[in-house]
Amino acid sequence: MTSTVPRVTPAEPGGVTTPGPGRVQPAGSKPLSTRLHRSPRLRLLGLLALPLTWLVGVYIFSLVMLLITAFWRTDPFTSKVIPGFTLDNFVRLVENPAYLSTSLRTLSIALLVTILSVVFSIPLGIFMAKVASPWLRAFLAVAITLPLWAGYLVKILAMRITFTENGFFNSALEPLGLSGPGFSYTTVVLTLTYLWFPYMALPVYTAVRQIPANLFDASADLGARSWTTIRTVVVPLLKPALIAGSIFTFSLSLGDYLAAKFVGGSTQMIGSVIASNINLNPPIAAAFSVVPIVFVLVYLFAVRKTGALDRM
Amino acid sequence: MPQSGRALLEAASAASPTPKGVSLHSVTKVFGDVVAVAELNLEVHAGEFFSMLGPSGSGKTTVLRMIAGFEDATSGSIELDGVDVTRMAPFDRNVNTVFQDYALFPHLTIAENVGYGLRVRRMGKSETAERVERALQQVRLAHTADRLPHQLSGGQRQRIALARALILQPSVLLLDEPLGALDKQLREEMQVELKQIQREVGITFIFVTHDQEEALTLSDRIAVFNNGCIEQVGTPNEVYEFPQTAFVAGFLGISNLIAPAHASVITGIDKLISVRPERVRLADAASAVAADETSVLGTVYETVYTGPATRYIIETAAGLRLTAERHNDHHPTAAAAFGRGDAVRAIWKTDHVSIVP
Repeated sequence: MTSTVPRVTPAEPGGVTTPGPGRVQPAGSKPLSTRLHRSPRLRLLGLLALPLTWLVGVYIFSLVMLLITAFWRTDPFTSKVIPGFTLDNFVRLVENPAYLSTSLRTLSIALLVTILSVVFSIPLGIFMAKVASPWLRAFLAVAITLPLWAGYLVKILAMRITFTENGFFNSALEPLGLSGPGFSYTTVVLTLTYLWFPYMALPVYTAVRQIPANLFDASADLGARSWTTIRTVVVPLLKPALIAGSIFTFSLSLGDYLAAKFVGGSTQMIGSVIASNINLNPPIAAAFSVVPIVFVLVYLFAVRKTGALDRM
Repeated sequence: MPQSGRALLEAASAASPTPKGVSLHSVTKVFGDVVAVAELNLEVHAGEFFSMLGPSGSGKTTVLRMIAGFEDATSGSIELDGVDVTRMAPFDRNVNTVFQDYALFPHLTIAENVGYGLRVRRMGKSETAERVERALQQVRLAHTADRLPHQLSGGQRQRIALARALILQPSVLLLDEPLGALDKQLREEMQVELKQIQREVGITFIFVTHDQEEALTLSDRIAVFNNGCIEQVGTPNEVYEFPQTAFVAGFLGISNLIAPAHASVITGIDKLISVRPERVRLADAASAVAADETSVLGTVYETVYTGPATRYIIETAAGLRLTAERHNDHHPTAAAAFGRGDAVRAIWKTDHVSIVP
């Protein structure tokens, strides 16, 4: 290729001046950029077009459809869904004791999973952030996130092999005349804690890391023992992280049904009921799926009341 | 406590058989393969304002943290009021610390921060409130009680950190470069305030700083640190005027250190000598020298105007550089006495020289 540098010859009076070697040509020859620069509204539209399409078109739309379906009813003979407006589905939820106890059981499972995750992740976070050597810290960070890389069913299977009928605990405890938790409520709680623990442990660990080391020193200096320091300094400073983590552990547990199906035995969760009605009676399934949404909203409202969201 | 607090404490320490204050016996601290503090011995008397002065990395902060209990001594022992505290946890030591960046608890109000130590000791609510109120008044910040630390200025936070530590009436208060983050003017105000508070409460203050001027201004005694060892301990006057090592002479202010080779030619003393720039006078090369004075000829190599004074750097024919400082007490518009390249005579009183052993 020969030289592409444009040359201005004396024969072209008034021609474009050649940029010298040290000068940079202005990038002003792009009409779209110029237009966008002049109009803030157009810029905003460009920025939000894709996320809005997704948010409104898919996310909100499907949620609204779900809510609407909850007010429809099913023909008992043909199982055909008939559009309309009826509160029957919600009345059945409250009146049927099985539905009510399932709701409360699901709520208690979600709360227990959240509490267990908090109890495990605070000491772990403090250890990783303040005590462990850099090598051990990296190892633990990988160990915590590793379960996230494995498939969901794989992990449930792992828990099944460990805790249920012919699982490790039953075999190991048999000579002592004891038995492991088996297919039960307990195993569901343990399995869900195992599944969602990383969502609590990671934000808590990050938050502990951000607490300046000298706050620990200052607390000890002023006479506080370790437990007092954790209670009065560490936990209050971890509040935003605990809330962020608990929103995950709580809402993910509320919505789960596979754990109950594979390790719960007869333990039913809201998800189990929805799953079994999804074909037979979509309106009751839709109505029931409003329950966890209400639980999460109540939870968020309660959290908001404590003022902890103000600093998020 | 009234102004006589310190006198009372001194009387008490004289009467009681146990030695008051802090003593360190051959304390060593090793981090990995770095020796941060080596075989250090130190006595800090009760009620004194004691400074640990040195460049960063000289081990002064490590010593402070070992006295507080945040770091364990690798070997040696630390005594506090006659009690061996070497293996004691920070919360069991009657020592409190003011941290470099204050370390106020961000989620607690100012009153809760100041009362933290009392709350931890399970003191009653009304008594805690009363003492917090008094402590806040002492540092003139009673009106900030309900604010959060981030709503206060640096100087205010500094005083809250001080109040939080003093409210526990420790026998020793440790201060880790507490004025380092403040601007110059505020720092000077706080220096005066610190000194006043120390005199009022009569508590032993151990103050870590790398600012030699601050150490000279505040301290009853200074320990000059270098490379994990103490180079010299003495009153500000002693360490400034009679430096025991070349490092001390160089670290505290500007010093003309004259190597033995030059010193023997100029003064006849075959040792390292030090003479402060403010004691060196400049005169025309031809001017006479009194019998009790020493002088050396040279040319002005550089002049540095600092406002209140002008520094002249002189170079002798033998290649020795000396600094002379002249107060700018002449008429404001008068020209500098000497300019670059002028031939001058640097003169000082023969007995104003200190010999560095």
